[in-house]
Amino acid sequence: MRYVIIGNSTAATFAIEGVRSVDGEGAITVISEENRPAYGRPLISYYLYGKIPAARMNYRPASFYEENRVEVLLGARAERIDPAAKKVVLADKREIFYDKLLVATGSRPFTPPVEGLETVTEKFNFMTMDDALALEQALAPQTRALILGAGLIGLKCAEGILHRVKELTVVDLAPRVLPSILDEEGASLVQRQLENEGVKFALNDSVLRFSQNVAHLKSGKKVAFDVLVVAVGVRPNVELVRDAGGEVRRGIVVNERQQTSIPDVYAAGDNCESFDFSTKQNRVLAILPNAALQGECAGKNMAGGKAAYLGGAMFNAIGFFGSHIATAGVYEGESYVERGENTYKKLFYKDNVLKGFILINNIERAGIYTSLIRDMVPLDSVDFDVIKRAPGLMAFASKVRGEKLGTRRER
Amino acid sequence: MKVVYVNEEWCLGCHLCEYECAFANSGDTDMVRALKDREIFPRIRVEDGENDVHFAVNCRHCRDALCVKSCIAGALSKTEEGAVVIDREKCVGCFTCVAVCPYGAIMPDAEGKAAQKCALCTDNLMGEPQCVKHCPNRAIVFEDRG
Ligand SMILES: Cc1cc2nc3c(=O)[nH]c(=O)nc-3n(C[C@H](O)[C@H](O)[C@H](O)COP(=O)(O)OP(=O)(O)OC[C@H]3O[C@@H](n4cnc5c(N)ncnc54)[C@H](O)[C@@H]3O)c2cc1C
Repeated sequence: MRYVIIGNSTAATFAIEGVRSVDGEGAITVISEENRPAYGRPLISYYLYGKIPAARMNYRPASFYEENRVEVLLGARAERIDPAAKKVVLADKREIFYDKLLVATGSRPFTPPVEGLETVTEKFNFMTMDDALALEQALAPQTRALILGAGLIGLKCAEGILHRVKELTVVDLAPRVLPSILDEEGASLVQRQLENEGVKFALNDSVLRFSQNVAHLKSGKKVAFDVLVVAVGVRPNVELVRDAGGEVRRGIVVNERQQTSIPDVYAAGDNCESFDFSTKQNRVLAILPNAALQGECAGKNMAGGKAAYLGGAMFNAIGFFGSHIATAGVYEGESYVERGENTYKKLFYKDNVLKGFILINNIERAGIYTSLIRDMVPLDSVDFDVIKRAPGLMAFASKVRGEKLGTRRER
Repeated sequence: MKVVYVNEEWCLGCHLCEYECAFANSGDTDMVRALKDREIFPRIRVEDGENDVHFAVNCRHCRDALCVKSCIAGALSKTEEGAVVIDREKCVGCFTCVAVCPYGAIMPDAEGKAAQKCALCTDNLMGEPQCVKHCPNRAIVFEDRG
């Protein structure tokens, strides 16, 4: 059996482990455009921040590929899938034949069409280690940095580089920071903390035009900068599958076994859609745990196992300069709120289940809330008055708790 | 695989397991010196409720552990035996694991910079789970239940 995987990040790594948990024999080939072994992609901001050295960013031990007998083609770009001949054609014209193929190509940065963007010489994305290293080279103590995008990636970048620059401004169209995961109140708390650290914001604003080192904002403001980071969002890398005739909506369409509509071709991670059980809709859930679960599921199934990925929900754990934020699910229904000077907690519940939460600087044991959402635990089966104040197992019925603490757990 | 299990009917709520855990993982050989006048950050935590209900919670070493899947750094992994362990040199303290563990059994360490969790006393010099060894009422046991 010849397994071929395009991409070499989270989904691919878990797919390798998934394949090997079923099939110790078959040949595995990984085609990786990035020229290094898999690393924790989210760590690139921690690297710039000084929290982790490059040498420790590897996602798996150095022996991983050898132990799993994986042939890794580094710096190799897959250009085309030929499903009839069951082969992948690389940019350098090499042909790699597969029996089972996984497309784990993730996503790429979206570049907004802004007038004059091409006149900016020092501009960077923030997706890969190469991006981070290039950005690092461009920064100096006198640098004025401008980041487009106050989302997760833009703000993690801001945290990473703030201490390396003289001035840092973040621009976003949205009226608040982290608009995809925070409500107004939570966002203003996080924004205040970031401003206290020295980050400047131009929210509810956008760049109309760049003229070399000046950004002309819609509000009329002008921001002079030396280095620009574009972090306005990502787009799934669906082209390989689409061009081969596979079904694609916003992301690659897959079934519960992570199969695309092309026989023997699977997809997993940021490039494909999954079922979001909190909104009951298919969408791209571009978060690392989702890529891991899907990748593992795909790998097992490619090797003839029986695994199903039944869906996930939006979920994020993030923090800046020592703060900690955890969010999950959707923000609808009734809510329970607690606020402190630097803390914020909001739980959303509806139809007898927890639908979502926002926790800022009070994340301890938050996973218990996450499990209430994931398992759709009926809230009348737990003591909600107890658990809404502090996540704990005490709120569960004694019998349920007995199972949690007295039997070997699958998860 | 042998895992730590808890029977709440036997738990007196004495919290001794927390102290033994903190001591076992302090690296110190003297309990008084290790714990006296210090806030402790044990990896096992006792919950106390109404009607004299108490129980200790630590890592369940799930077969299909969500924390391992969710770690952005690859710092969490499973040993060959099946224990979930953390490489604190790789942990960047994002606490994604804290936000996914259904048992609330992984937590920020004393400095709040990395996550910590029970490794069944395999990562200290004790050789066997100290919470089990010192539980006065055998409410905490180390058994193979599958
Ligand atoms: C700065 C940053 C911070 C983040 N922080 C978090 C976080 O805290 N928590 C979280 O859950 N998620 C976070 N994410 C998102 C997370 O990194 C992704 O969800 C995860 O990496 C998805 O994994 P993946 O394997 O699907 O794809 P990716 O990690 O995107 O990897 C895909 C790989 O495929 C390669 N590739 C693409 N096309 C080809 C081709 N044609 N041929 C060969 N190779 C190809 C790419 O080069 C890339 O290496 C963050 C992302 C970034 C950029």
